[in-house]
Amino acid sequence: MSAAGNGPLVSGLRRAGSTALFLLQVLAQCLPALARPRQLAMQIYNTGARSLVIIMMSGLFVGMVLGLQGYDLLHRFGSEVVLGQAVALGLLKELGPVITALLFAGRAGTALTSEIGLMRATDQLTAMEIMAVDPLRVVVAPRFLGGVIAMPLLTAIFSVVGLFGGQLVGVQQMGLDGGVFWSQMQGAVDLHDVAEGIWKSLAFGAACSLIAVHEGFTAEPTAAGVGLATTRTVVASSVLILLLDYVLTALFI
Amino acid sequence: MADAATAVIEVRDVHYAASGRPIFAGLDMVVRRGRITAIMGPSGSGKTTLLRLVTGQVNADRGSVSVFGHDMATLDREQLYAVRRRMGMLFQNGALLTDLDVFENVAFPVREHTDLSESLLARLVWMKLQAVGLRGAARLMPTELSGGMARRVALARAIVMDPQLLIYDEPFVGLDPISMGVVLRLIKRMNDALGITSIVVSHDVQELATIADDSYLMAGGRMTASGSPRQLADSSEPAVHQFMTGGEEGPVLFHYPAPDYVGQLLGTPE
Ligand SMILES: Nc1ncnc2c1ncn2[C@@H]1O[C@H](COP(=O)(O)OP(=O)(O)OP(=O)(O)O)[C@@H](O)[C@H]1O
Ligand SMILES: [Mg+2]
Repeated sequence: MSAAGNGPLVSGLRRAGSTALFLLQVLAQCLPALARPRQLAMQIYNTGARSLVIIMMSGLFVGMVLGLQGYDLLHRFGSEVVLGQAVALGLLKELGPVITALLFAGRAGTALTSEIGLMRATDQLTAMEIMAVDPLRVVVAPRFLGGVIAMPLLTAIFSVVGLFGGQLVGVQQMGLDGGVFWSQMQGAVDLHDVAEGIWKSLAFGAACSLIAVHEGFTAEPTAAGVGLATTRTVVASSVLILLLDYVLTALFI
Repeated sequence: MADAATAVIEVRDVHYAASGRPIFAGLDMVVRRGRITAIMGPSGSGKTTLLRLVTGQVNADRGSVSVFGHDMATLDREQLYAVRRRMGMLFQNGALLTDLDVFENVAFPVREHTDLSESLLARLVWMKLQAVGLRGAARLMPTELSGGMARRVALARAIVMDPQLLIYDEPFVGLDPISMGVVLRLIKRMNDALGITSIVVSHDVQELATIADDSYLMAGGRMTASGSPRQLADSSEPAVHQFMTGGEEGPVLFHYPAPDYVGQLLGTPE
């Protein structure tokens, strides 16, 4: 027998390799996809706009929790005044990109995988091939790019709503001075911190979208195969997001 | 090699196995220009697989498949796409793009391959939809179509680029008698008027006989008989006779290879 399917490590490595090769193929088709702004906008809408509600709600609650926990912690040291700064840095550098990406994997990633997987299962991708139309260019590349573009936008929205949530708790509930809250934040957050969040969200966007389209494209063409691929999208995306987060954080600090 | 000039497709001594299971062992077939070639055979005999070979989705393990004079195994991606641009295919289940409506499905290959103006494109699409009788359904989504309607839309899509070779996989399954007659006449008409070469895979022996010029009967990984539909129908060879008349008893096995029936019922370990 060959090495086919030997243990989780080998099959995991094989999958990672095939995903990386797939990335090269998709990247080669990204330029033609950029030349079709309408299709691209459609995909940004599909992946981005439809995740808006869940992103905004989660952002609000995460911001509020940050406000509560931060206030409690800082209160012990008598330094509640820096709450604005703590909430902002936590959201922009860490929680914003990571939680947005995790939600994205569950909401948009699974939708991408099952959509492309079903296109495979119902011969739509084969039909395109026979019509001499490359499904990588028409189906995969625009969805991949749409995800890469949507992620930073969603992250920004998440963080802004989160800041509002933190303010809601810190200023409205706990009675901190609003002026102090915002000016502390303004003074402490510099461009470097914002850039860290943006780079992270771009990396997460590329990773999540790539895994989602690859799993869909290579799904076994059956109902069970598509279901399995969808599950794998969530698992692989989540692990990769946290791993990438550590690496990127280490690079930025 | 006798009729190389008129052969659109030549399949020579093809051997092919899928997942280690042999499907073809020495398959030969010639499809001649401007004719309707019927491919018949029991379910699971490899008809769809043959079409996958002809369209270059898979390559033969041994032997050659040539289409329009190109050996499919030697083509790179660009060349393969160039050959495919000259063919149209109707899938067993239609394979319409589910995120586009009927009109856009038919327009899809045109948009991808040409820069036609919107008005020319619309005219082209309306003509093809009229031909399959579904002009009124132009704004329906594929999920709103019945199986037979979806097949007719897929047919309109397959012919919209005016291919030289049209491949039909089971075009009659699930069609009511009226639609079936329409599709039959459509295949015939495109063949006669436009000189399109057609391959039709189907079980509908009687219907096919009315339009096919050549026919092949497939079983056991090879072509067991070929000739005009008339010749096949009159054949006294047992396998051919069994298929054309639909008998269960005969050399063609209805059952997929299985262990002893009684033994399995009584629970004897294999
Ligand atoms: N990927 C595959 N792996 C293993 N076996 C396969 C594969 N694809 C097809 N087969 C086998 O090849 C044989 C031929 O399949 P094919 O789909 O070509 O049959 P068919 O003649 O089109 O049948 P039908 O009339 O039912 O559509 C079947 O016995 C099937 O089990
Ligand atoms: Mg078939």
